[in-house]
Amino acid sequence: MEEKTDEIRLPLIGEKAPDFEAATTQGTLRLSDFEGSWLVLFSHPADFTPVCTTEFMAFSEIYEELKKRNTELLGLSVDSVSSHIAWIRNVEEKTGIKIPFPIIADLNKEVSQKFGMIHPSQSKTETIRCVFIIDTESKIRTILYYPLTTGRNMKEILRIIDALQTTDKHKVATPANWKPGDPVVVPPPSTTEQAEERIKAGYDCKDWYLCFKKL
Amino acid sequence: MIALPCISADGKPTKSGIATLTAVKNGTSTPEAISEATGNPLFKVRSGLRELVNAGFVKQVDDNYQLTPEGSKLVP
Repeated sequence: MEEKTDEIRLPLIGEKAPDFEAATTQGTLRLSDFEGSWLVLFSHPADFTPVCTTEFMAFSEIYEELKKRNTELLGLSVDSVSSHIAWIRNVEEKTGIKIPFPIIADLNKEVSQKFGMIHPSQSKTETIRCVFIIDTESKIRTILYYPLTTGRNMKEILRIIDALQTTDKHKVATPANWKPGDPVVVPPPSTTEQAEERIKAGYDCKDWYLCFKKL
Repeated sequence: MIALPCISADGKPTKSGIATLTAVKNGTSTPEAISEATGNPLFKVRSGLRELVNAGFVKQVDDNYQLTPEGSKLVP
């Protein structure tokens, strides 16, 4: 007889993100409401905490850049909607920065458990700093986990979205430290014939398996 | 009680709810077109339409939305 466990299988890159319905600062939202847009779903440990406040200010600052990339933001913590509202009003009052995106109030931890956002060795009660980059078809394309003490890098999040969208559009890969405008990597050949042709194709090839091109 | 984006605690449509109802009244019937007409993000339009349907102001016919008689009274 098969033994039943409470183990939750976390979603992985390439899989469809698990749908949910959750109370947020902008009403009840489902993950499927975001289909057709890219989505950055991120968790933070708690409202009214210093690192999270700097992150929310930073996420707000890249909001317009994200919109240009057809990308929405959705925050999450295990605090209540009232706490979220009080916090974002406080951030606006103290810094002048308005938080334009919704924040999930995951009081029952339903969403955070589905996405593996609670790491008990870090905290049994708070979510760690997770980032899920989800594409227009609700497929998970990137997962980032940060510890409680390390604030996230917004430029890297934008860079990843640029890289993923470039990959989708041009069927190429992006090398280390790539940024928009840099040469991209041509997918490696899968046959010896393709390898021979690759050398003659006019790409900037270091060898048959490492070829760059400008877009 | 927490205010929903399109329906306030007293059961009446909020500003974004009225914007959605007005767009529907003007013949805009899909979430994508309503998002474009109102300038509200698509996710917000989708969740708002669910609430307007539940409140009886809008009805869904296939992939399109139409005002109910109750909804029509709100955007004369």
